[in-house]
Amino acid sequence: MLGAIWFFLWGILWAVYFMLDGFDLGAGVMLPFLAKSETERKLVYRAMGPFWDGNEVWLITAGGVTFAAFPTTYAVMFSGLYSALMLILFALILRGVSFAFRNEVDHPGWKRLWDCCLIGGSFFPALLLGVAFANIFRGLPIDGAGVYQGGLLTLINPYGLAGGVLFLLLFLVHGSLWLAIKTEGPLKRRAAAMAARLWWPLLLVAALFLFASLRATTLFDNYRSYPALLLIPALAVAALILVYLFIRRGAWWRAWFASCATIAGVTLFGVVGLFPRLLPSSIDPAYSLTIANSTSSPLTLKIMLGVALTFVPIVIAYQVWVHFLFKDKAKEEDLAGEGGY
Amino acid sequence: MDVLMLSRLQFAAATVFHFLFVPLTLGLSVLIAIMETVYVKTGDEEYRRMARFWGKILVINFAVGVVTGITLEFQFGTNWSRYSRYVGDLFGSLLAIEATLAFFLESTFLAVWVFGWKRLSPRLHALCIWLVALASNLSALWILIANAWMQHPVGYVLRNGRAELKDFLAVVTQPFAYQIFMHTIFGAYILTGFFVMGVSAYHLLRRQHTTFFSKSFRLALGMALIFSLGELFQGHFHAEEVARIQPAKLAAMESFWETRAEAPEFLFLIPDVKNERNLMEFGRLPGVLSLLAFDSTEATVKGLKDFPPEDRPPVTVTFVAFRVMVGLGFLFALLTLVGWFKRNKLESSPCFLKVMLYAIPLPYVALEAGWIVTEVGRQPWIVYGLMRTGAAVSPIAASQVAVSLAAFIVVYGLLGGVAFYLIAKQARRGPEPAPAAAAGGEG
Repeated sequence: MLGAIWFFLWGILWAVYFMLDGFDLGAGVMLPFLAKSETERKLVYRAMGPFWDGNEVWLITAGGVTFAAFPTTYAVMFSGLYSALMLILFALILRGVSFAFRNEVDHPGWKRLWDCCLIGGSFFPALLLGVAFANIFRGLPIDGAGVYQGGLLTLINPYGLAGGVLFLLLFLVHGSLWLAIKTEGPLKRRAAAMAARLWWPLLLVAALFLFASLRATTLFDNYRSYPALLLIPALAVAALILVYLFIRRGAWWRAWFASCATIAGVTLFGVVGLFPRLLPSSIDPAYSLTIANSTSSPLTLKIMLGVALTFVPIVIAYQVWVHFLFKDKAKEEDLAGEGGY
Repeated sequence: MDVLMLSRLQFAAATVFHFLFVPLTLGLSVLIAIMETVYVKTGDEEYRRMARFWGKILVINFAVGVVTGITLEFQFGTNWSRYSRYVGDLFGSLLAIEATLAFFLESTFLAVWVFGWKRLSPRLHALCIWLVALASNLSALWILIANAWMQHPVGYVLRNGRAELKDFLAVVTQPFAYQIFMHTIFGAYILTGFFVMGVSAYHLLRRQHTTFFSKSFRLALGMALIFSLGELFQGHFHAEEVARIQPAKLAAMESFWETRAEAPEFLFLIPDVKNERNLMEFGRLPGVLSLLAFDSTEATVKGLKDFPPEDRPPVTVTFVAFRVMVGLGFLFALLTLVGWFKRNKLESSPCFLKVMLYAIPLPYVALEAGWIVTEVGRQPWIVYGLMRTGAAVSPIAASQVAVSLAAFIVVYGLLGGVAFYLIAKQARRGPEPAPAAAAGGEG
């Protein structure tokens, strides 16, 4: 029971991370496509500035919870996906410092350098997180000793790539919507148009991914046993359609929340399909890492549950407060003086 | 090189680099919080400018600290998967608690502090930096509880082929954790004090912004003085605890070979590891090692020869690092005491100011040396007495680690260079003009 609770908390944590960091990863990739002047580029940074670091802590927490609640999974997943994870980490390093470094030197070449770090540092995590999770859905070549029998190239398969493109598009739409909310004038119009334009490829890839999941994964086994669970992918699809409808009505906040629901829906679709496996083995289902063979002791799970139930609501409360504090749009007058880095 | 050596090098490089930035965040956040509180209480604009000036350095420093911290958490899984699997039940939960309790608070409120100058009341704004200071120090506490457990595992039971948590309270309240915590925090505050004094000295030597930097200097001097003196005592108690629970580490720290009562301390010695003795010893202080380690000149101190060779830590590195740390620790106490007598005539003490400017790197050296004592001195164990480092490494290809290690060296090298350049640039630029000349008002 405790194991099952943590399994779903684990899934929810990843979903929250994708939902939150998704918008600033997406907006980071969109920088060169949406911002046409130095001022506009600064506004894009400003639209993410107060939030991105708090968002990224959800990744640390998701990683930490994997470690704490499912140490064996953490060990196999992180060592197995070694090179992919290292790429993500280096990307996040360069991306993270670009926020603090960019405005420290007033030289166009310097700013371009950190813009490149932001763009690349947002693009690769968005893509690779998708590739990694799709491969987890599909199963990794884990042998009986829990050793990953593949390389970086093992992850490059049609289904994995589809997952990567799906995450990328999800985040791009998500980030464009965020910029449509947080900016005004031509920048906002471009961001809004971009979200509308990217929605169609997103729909296509999402549909493809869903059908590919039928063939390439065993995710649907759970859904066949409990058809009521199909509500989750159905809600994800409904949320995706709502994104479109809200974009057409110019209701950016609603479109963004619908986009949140889509991202969470896609993640939970996979997580529910995996249950009770955290890391299916593609060599032999018996080698899969499951709740039964990879959880921590009940005592640890209980203590962690107490910590999570006490502190995560507090974290959510103050992060929501930050969103209210900085609820207005990024404006030019914020860029000078005491408004930022 | 095999995957073990590569992984050790990579973890060492990543930790040493990370810890170039952590201590300044720990101390500077507290110092800035004090500055801003003085501003809120007295309305003295100069303290607000001080908080903003040192805050800019904090932000650059913090950014590098954060991004290099993430890789550390993930490396337990990528490079030390057998360790993660074996002790994750206990160790993983400490890391997860650190993230939940501290990282969120730290990252969220630093952003609010940076972007919120005009949006929050001065009181609330000052509260934000206090929360950052609290959170960064809290994160230090949790990660050091985790480290203390690797030094001295308690509260666990071996079950299901791994170490499982048995007594959470025993883990989070073990005295050694608080020794390590205090030792580290004191060190961080010394480092911060010397950093702020050194940068202030730079400007005072140039006779620019003199009141601004005299105030900064004195504030930092107070911090560095208290904790330099405190560290001398704390360091002694810390070492006594090491002597009790990690005798092999103590013997390596002292390059002490033969078990004996009334163990002497030598002012100077050169270890000769191959022949299990010291090449030369000089300045013999009879019974002093016994006294320092066990509070009695008669006490017996275990020598390295009493441990099988495969259980001994690398002696030379541990010994030299320990000497460097202790020597610098005394120097810090001396310099800050001198500073105390010169505190009201700083501008007429150019020699002292010059010394303090060039002393900026010394606490960095001391703190890194301290970590080398702690971590190298724990070898060959990853968890003292419970798991050997060699048994902890991931079953991955050495080529993968070689590539990532090369990437770490290149990326961190560049990152370190850029961070150094930016911090130096900001430090040299000096504070913003006083509000009479500045445009924006107070929110």
